[in-house]
Amino acid sequence: MAVDAEAQFHVLAVDDSLMDRKLIERLLKTSSSFQVTTVDSGSKALEVLGLKEEDQTSTSALSPQHNEIEVNLVITDYCMPGMTGYDLLKKIKESSSLKDIPVVIMSSENVPSRINRCLEGGAEEFFLKPVQLSDMRRLGPHILKGKHKEQQQLHQEENSNTNHTIMGSSNNNNMSNKRKVMDEEILSDRTRLGFSSSSLNLI
Amino acid sequence: MFIYTTPVYRLSLALQGFLDEQFYQLEELQDESSPNFVEEVVTLFFRDSSRLMANIDQALEQCPPDFHRLDKFLHRLKGSASSIGAGKMKNECAGFREFCSEENLEGCLRSFQKVKKEHTILRQKLENYFQLLRQVVPVDKATRSGS
Repeated sequence: MAVDAEAQFHVLAVDDSLMDRKLIERLLKTSSSFQVTTVDSGSKALEVLGLKEEDQTSTSALSPQHNEIEVNLVITDYCMPGMTGYDLLKKIKESSSLKDIPVVIMSSENVPSRINRCLEGGAEEFFLKPVQLSDMRRLGPHILKGKHKEQQQLHQEENSNTNHTIMGSSNNNNMSNKRKVMDEEILSDRTRLGFSSSSLNLI
Repeated sequence: MFIYTTPVYRLSLALQGFLDEQFYQLEELQDESSPNFVEEVVTLFFRDSSRLMANIDQALEQCPPDFHRLDKFLHRLKGSASSIGAGKMKNECAGFREFCSEENLEGCLRSFQKVKKEHTILRQKLENYFQLLRQVVPVDKATRSGS
């Protein structure tokens, strides 16, 4: 499997139906060559995300030297036995380490109150099943935004250190300029081209 | 020997009326890296749906019937049917669910007969379809060999 710039984003898909897991995995890989991990429950998802301090068995071939798998987006079914997609969403958003990971919820039922509840709970998007290739295009901006927030947080942590860092304090102005440029890129369509050229080939 | 030129042609020939746009989308997701994707998904569908229908059978036989559990099974069945584009079956499931919410046992039993019938027809049609695909050489895929 070729590892290129486009394959750097990792999506965690959660669905109790094997058939739907297969579908979402294919959709994700076809649309943007994401790395994909699929799990069949909310509790397994939390394990993968590292909320439980246990050894996890990865469900796909990921780089083995990382103890925790870095996830850039979680896409989860709403109706699952045990922990629902909404419960999982809340757990992610309430966790200081995971709250910036964008979460998308899928459901086969079009229930406005459910959709609102999820969006208000912090979900970025709500997809109606069956999920389409065109829905996959909506994921890019959220992943980039999440990455951006993550980098911001990292830089804040670095700057608050009194130790010498790679960046150095004189780069503060440069960082804020860079952030501004990134914001503009996120909003413009050109981001999609840079993000994944394969998305141009969608139907 | 037939040579199919587009997926739409294959679809309309073999499966008109039983499958909708979603099945076409599945075909679009199939490529060299996942050459049997459609058949794999369909296989999973029949495994899922057969199990669910056995569960539904059981739930209907209980005295009194467990309509709450029944609804959960139907939700799953309808979702699966929708995922492979089985439009007719999805609609029958929706009708079934309405009777279920009304706790109308007779309506449920009638609906279930329809769902089972649709399921059987769909299985036959899809088996024929995959068999047909194995016998032809599509223009765009040189890797498939005819008999």
